[in-house]
Amino acid sequence: MKFIIAILLTAFLSFVAGLYLPWWEIAVISFLVSAAIPLPHRDSFIAGALGIFFLWGILAWWIDFKNNSILSQKVAQILPLGGSSYLLILVTALVGALIAGFAALAASYLRKS
Amino acid sequence: MKIIPFFIYLIITVGLTFSLNRQWGSIPPIGKFISPQQGFWQNADALDKDYDADLKFPGLRDNVQVYIDERLVPHVFANNESDAYFIQGYLHAKFRLWQMEFEVYAASGRISELIGEKALNFDRGKRRLGMVYAAEKSLKEMEADSITKYECDAYTAGVNAYIDNLQESELPVEYKLLNYNPEHWTNLKTALFLKYMSLDLAGSENDFEYNNAKNHFGLSDFQKLYPYLQDSLDPIVPKGTVYPAPGIAVKIPPTADSLYFAKTDSTDVFESKPDKRNGSNNWAVSGKKTKSGRPILCNDPHLGLNFPSLWFEMQISTPQFSAYGASFPCAPGIVIGFNDSCAFGFTNAERDVRDYYEIQFKDESMKEYWFNGEWKPSTFRYDTIKIKGKPDFIDTVAYTVFGPVMYDKKFTGDRTGGKKYYAVRWKAHDASNELKTFNRLDHAKNYDDYYDAIKNLHTPGQNCIFACKNGDIAIWDQGEFPAKWKRQGDFIMPGNDSSYMWQGNIPQDENPHMKNPERGFVSSANQFPVDPSVYPYYLGGYFPIYRGFIINRRLSQMNNITVDSMQTLQTENYNVFAEMATPLIIRNITESALNRDEIEYFDTLKKWNYRNDINLRGPTIFVLTWKELEDAVWADEFGKCPGPTVYPESNDLLEAMLKDSAYKFFDNINTPEIETLHDDVMTAFKKAVVTLKKLEADRKLQWADYKDTKISHLAKLAPFSRLHLSVGGGENCINAAGADHGPSWRMIVELTDVTNAYGIYPGGQSGNPGSVYYDNFVDKWTMGKYYQLWMMNKNERDDGRVKYRMMFDK
Repeated sequence: MKFIIAILLTAFLSFVAGLYLPWWEIAVISFLVSAAIPLPHRDSFIAGALGIFFLWGILAWWIDFKNNSILSQKVAQILPLGGSSYLLILVTALVGALIAGFAALAASYLRKS
Repeated sequence: MKIIPFFIYLIITVGLTFSLNRQWGSIPPIGKFISPQQGFWQNADALDKDYDADLKFPGLRDNVQVYIDERLVPHVFANNESDAYFIQGYLHAKFRLWQMEFEVYAASGRISELIGEKALNFDRGKRRLGMVYAAEKSLKEMEADSITKYECDAYTAGVNAYIDNLQESELPVEYKLLNYNPEHWTNLKTALFLKYMSLDLAGSENDFEYNNAKNHFGLSDFQKLYPYLQDSLDPIVPKGTVYPAPGIAVKIPPTADSLYFAKTDSTDVFESKPDKRNGSNNWAVSGKKTKSGRPILCNDPHLGLNFPSLWFEMQISTPQFSAYGASFPCAPGIVIGFNDSCAFGFTNAERDVRDYYEIQFKDESMKEYWFNGEWKPSTFRYDTIKIKGKPDFIDTVAYTVFGPVMYDKKFTGDRTGGKKYYAVRWKAHDASNELKTFNRLDHAKNYDDYYDAIKNLHTPGQNCIFACKNGDIAIWDQGEFPAKWKRQGDFIMPGNDSSYMWQGNIPQDENPHMKNPERGFVSSANQFPVDPSVYPYYLGGYFPIYRGFIINRRLSQMNNITVDSMQTLQTENYNVFAEMATPLIIRNITESALNRDEIEYFDTLKKWNYRNDINLRGPTIFVLTWKELEDAVWADEFGKCPGPTVYPESNDLLEAMLKDSAYKFFDNINTPEIETLHDDVMTAFKKAVVTLKKLEADRKLQWADYKDTKISHLAKLAPFSRLHLSVGGGENCINAAGADHGPSWRMIVELTDVTNAYGIYPGGQSGNPGSVYYDNFVDKWTMGKYYQLWMMNKNERDDGRVKYRMMFDK
């Protein structure tokens, strides 16, 4: 249960903070959530990572859906990801997940356990 | 608490975050770029994005309403002109901010700031030509005029109102990719953009190349290679027109024969030039030739095809005027368009208004130069060029009585280490206020207003076309043109003698012009404005002849003209150059000496109807044969000519072929035999067939596949470009759509009581590659179709065409 709450809280708070702060707020938020909700180290990492994986993945997918992939197809050629919108959404989610995961992992060592 | 793993993972997190927040080479800061809430995803506009808005700006004097139609064309209704230009600036920035800044960076030689050292030579070239110096001088003139001053101030305030309210997430995607931020707009930036247009349209001449050719071949052969007169010319003002005695008597310097024409040293300057195909068509037919009995005006400027487009379509309405048409993001006003009384447009005048002088400095410090028998001090301009990832580069440019010493021992164009000093005298260095031309045209009600407006246009010189609801049609070959003696400035001139300087300008009323001619039409397509054998001034420059020739032929034949027949003419793929050249090529090919493959292509060429239509093979065969023919005729002689040179124009070669069977350059000087035109054509055709067979194997023989028209993004990003467009026409056709160049705004205006206007440009109103409005005009443009242009009336705000409403409050 705590695990699910950590995921949801990371995603929700990161979304809200993202309206006002630069993109790296995801690291700060997942760090804070992990510090506030004690979980085993591995679970902290996964909760932080999944929180942002879902947030960024769903946001990117929704934007892309509304845009009919006009831009993602172009950017996926520049980056280069073979012009694949889905790959670009996946990469987006993974980049966010990686940072959030490590931030949450670091915070999990702050607690006595 | 476990300190060690905590710090390890903290460092990993911070390290990752930092490295994904910074740029590595040309890779953008990935974290920042990819973040769905701040990065490029925010530029992926929803297909049904709502552009409605209620905005408040203290800079406004009154409320302004903007109605945006289904093509994203804004119709601005303001109660005063200051507010109208403020909103125009705001809208230009909203839809085209990155492009505006990029164009100004290019104009002022600042591209190295964005992409690093590889742009340094480009930037130095712009600085050394004096682009900023020229813009600063013009800005003074613009700001001294009360109309232009308030217009620019309002426009700049509008651009900055947008920039100041811009969220990071809303930055155009190119800023995110290249990782930089917009600066504030200034009036100087508008002036710089206008100088960039001057460079594009009045910054092309072949002085160094001609100098080398003249020095190698001698003056007499030079005249044969690059004759001044053209046999097939149909000038803008028809042959037979009588010109008054010149108001300014130009004197050839007494030393010209020995120190100018007979000089024989070559130059080592490699000059980068704007596209020589920068040109345009325009014409206006009078009511007696049209079905409606009202004039029709047409214009299509041929410029580089880019994303975002050079043009932004809009309407500006105030109590003083209503104008609709194509505007330049970067500048206030409507440039090519119409108002409630008249329509106006431009083609390039093509005059040579840039000359070079060889400067003799006392020593390498360039502090003093020899001029009229004494050492004269030069002044200096120090240009600091910022380079991404590198220390600044400081360029020192000496300024002389002529202008900046553009080329010296440290700069020769595309390489360093020149031997000589060349100062540039460029008409665009003279202060002028071209913006006022557009402002006054937008307000013009009749011919007199039009003439008052265009008199402000000094550089780049333009053929300004005009048609009015009262029935008047007119054209002026307008600009402030130096009055030159014959061949003045075609070669490098001595810089130590004031007698070689420009001696004055052609008086305004001696600029070629026509109003309501008997023949019922006026037209221009960059050809000579006059018959150069009788006009009292030397014109210089490069004047393509074939588009003008076919336009005049067609317009003379046409009657009962409608908008439809004008659309057909504007997108006409007939190649009149091929009509003149192909029979000569065919006559010079001996069929019995051809192999089977060659005969097949030869048959196709013989059957060709001279149309550059998309699915024909004829134009490909013709163009390749002609290209090989030019090589067969010129490569031997020009291979021996030191320094950069340029082949004579196609029309000069064709006219030599038509009238001089013993033209000495047909001979290949590298063989003992004496070759004739017949030999050259055979060689060329056989060589062309080798290429044609390869093209056929690659399925690129059909004209559109071979020509392969594309519209490139300004930063050369292929995914933001449109490639492989199926478009006919090309060089020498009225539909001058080349590979990366062509009709950038096709406009047709019938001056009926309710104006009946059509237009299209190859692009879209939004500069955002993530918008459905980025390239939505392109497909229709390639098919040669048009949109009806809607000069909206304020009481039509509930019309179905209005899709969005932006309300601005003071």
